[in-house]
Amino acid sequence: MKIKYLFILLIVLSIISLFVGVIDIHPKNIFHLTAEQKEILLISRFPRLISIIIAGVSLSICGLIMQQISRNKFVSPTTAGTMDWARLGILVALMLFTGESPIIKMIIAFVFALCGTFLFMRILNMIKFKDAIFIPLIGLMLGNIVSSITTFFAMKYDLIQNMSSWLQGDFSLIMAGRYELLYISIPVVIIAYLYANKFTIAGMGEDFSINLGLNHKRVVNIGLIIVALVSSVVLLTVGMIPFLGLIIPNIVSLYRGDNLKNSLTHTALLGAVFVLFCDILGRVIIYPYEISIGVMVGVIGSGIFLYLLLRRKTYEAA
Amino acid sequence: MKQPKIKLIVLAIIAILLITIFMLIKVSSNNWEYVIPRRAIKIVAILLTGGCIAFTSMVFQTITNNRILTPSILGLDSLYLFIQTAVVFLFGSSTMTMMNSNINFLVSVALMVLFSSILYKLFFNREDQNILLLLLIGIVMGSFFSSVSSFMQVLIDPNEFLIIQDKMFASFNNINTNILTISLIIVAVVSIYVTRYSRFFDVMSLGRDQAINLGIDYEKVVRNMLIVVSILVSVATALVGPITFLGLLVVNLAREFLKTYKHSTLITGSILLSIISLVGGLLIVERVFTFSTTISVIINFVGGVYFIYLLLKERRAW
Repeated sequence: MKIKYLFILLIVLSIISLFVGVIDIHPKNIFHLTAEQKEILLISRFPRLISIIIAGVSLSICGLIMQQISRNKFVSPTTAGTMDWARLGILVALMLFTGESPIIKMIIAFVFALCGTFLFMRILNMIKFKDAIFIPLIGLMLGNIVSSITTFFAMKYDLIQNMSSWLQGDFSLIMAGRYELLYISIPVVIIAYLYANKFTIAGMGEDFSINLGLNHKRVVNIGLIIVALVSSVVLLTVGMIPFLGLIIPNIVSLYRGDNLKNSLTHTALLGAVFVLFCDILGRVIIYPYEISIGVMVGVIGSGIFLYLLLRRKTYEAA
Repeated sequence: MKQPKIKLIVLAIIAILLITIFMLIKVSSNNWEYVIPRRAIKIVAILLTGGCIAFTSMVFQTITNNRILTPSILGLDSLYLFIQTAVVFLFGSSTMTMMNSNINFLVSVALMVLFSSILYKLFFNREDQNILLLLLIGIVMGSFFSSVSSFMQVLIDPNEFLIIQDKMFASFNNINTNILTISLIIVAVVSIYVTRYSRFFDVMSLGRDQAINLGIDYEKVVRNMLIVVSILVSVATALVGPITFLGLLVVNLAREFLKTYKHSTLITGSILLSIISLVGGLLIVERVFTFSTTISVIINFVGGVYFIYLLLKERRAW
């Protein structure tokens, strides 16, 4: 797939996304909108589109970076437990810093996500014999444990209702004034672009990259910080979008290979297109109600993940 | 030979003690008429669930010849929830409320047997089976089924869904007593059927080739036991909902504690342990935490930690 086509697809889907909704806004009337329609576009539709694109782009890039650093195709913010740690952080923020601004909450979630991801990488280093399947398994289990701790405390302090809004990703609550935190991911994504070559080299292994004159430890740390930051920002504004960081980089690397410089733009665009597509589908299927993005991506994403796993199996057998 | 028997008796005494405490705690002469029958129903459901989970996990580990897999880790209970949702989704809740909850239950069990046999054929009956891959597939499958279930639950008319939700989706605070009688009958019939096979289990645990060599119709026994497992998993899930790690915990505890390979002892032991942990856990949850959390959360936490320990330990042994 050429980058051109992905880009065109993204623009077409974006335009569709702007005009799908309960309040009817027809593209024909774009130049003579009523005041109400203008408001809907500015307060709800545009923020939604922007947040979808940012979330899709940044989460898929996160997945790609994690896969490079850990040298494992099945590692992503979902399968390494980063998301669950960030959720625990949000719970702590809700419990201890009730009145603070979203920025403080995000910082706490970020600290937790970062610690959790570092812990996961430590465990990876402890395991001598690395198996592509074994590592996501450990990550998923760690995530389960963390989320059971979260549920436990959330139940104890009656925060379950509050927490469950972070369980399922949902774009329908996105409105002007509620999503601006997402902009934090934009500079982070730019940093990811600047570091693309270094991540590629880091993916060749510690010894090899040191040999090539790369400060391996620093590159890995920067990568993990990017991942933790983006995960907690997206979690706090949109909610959990499972498997996104896993499937998009995998699909792209099927046809673009493993050089980050080649695949980064594709991954970013495909991530945005995928989330946008799922979101529009979720809005259309039970119109005028909505299916949340977490459920849509959960269904499609885990299906694709299963396919990738099984495909790998036949590939190995051959 | 004598020691395991003494241990079993000790376990049985603890179980009976816990059940008596559960039945009699805070009972006075004024309220016993109200309290005792209600608690009796609850305890019967718990005994059934505990027994089913322990038995299925032990048998499943024997027929698949490993110590990490259990039916619920492979996502069989989310498969059951998925089937139940699908039944409501396809036939509509109007017919469902008219339909007896027993018939609904039986239909779900029948479908469950069908689907789990297909899944077994697809993933287990291969030469190149890799336990870790199976595990990951199972976990992803579990999240796939639960996403599809919540997807369908959203599609069902919200009003209709609320009506059936209470009836269909059980938890420890909402034990499904409607189907208690029929579950009792099913479990009784299945146990009579299984006694014919119980003497095969010891031989089966030697491995496929050995068992065939010793004159067992291996494929047939595995097939029949798989049907039994899927029926009992449905019963347990329908009664109190999914408890992912209980089976794994009690089966391995029984192995450690009893230090024997005889399945008659092991199965009895794990059933007793499972009852002890469920009743004891409920007592702790209801009396110590006073309902602020559910027992599944605690079991998932302990089980998850133990699971990672098992994985890491097995890894070293390889």
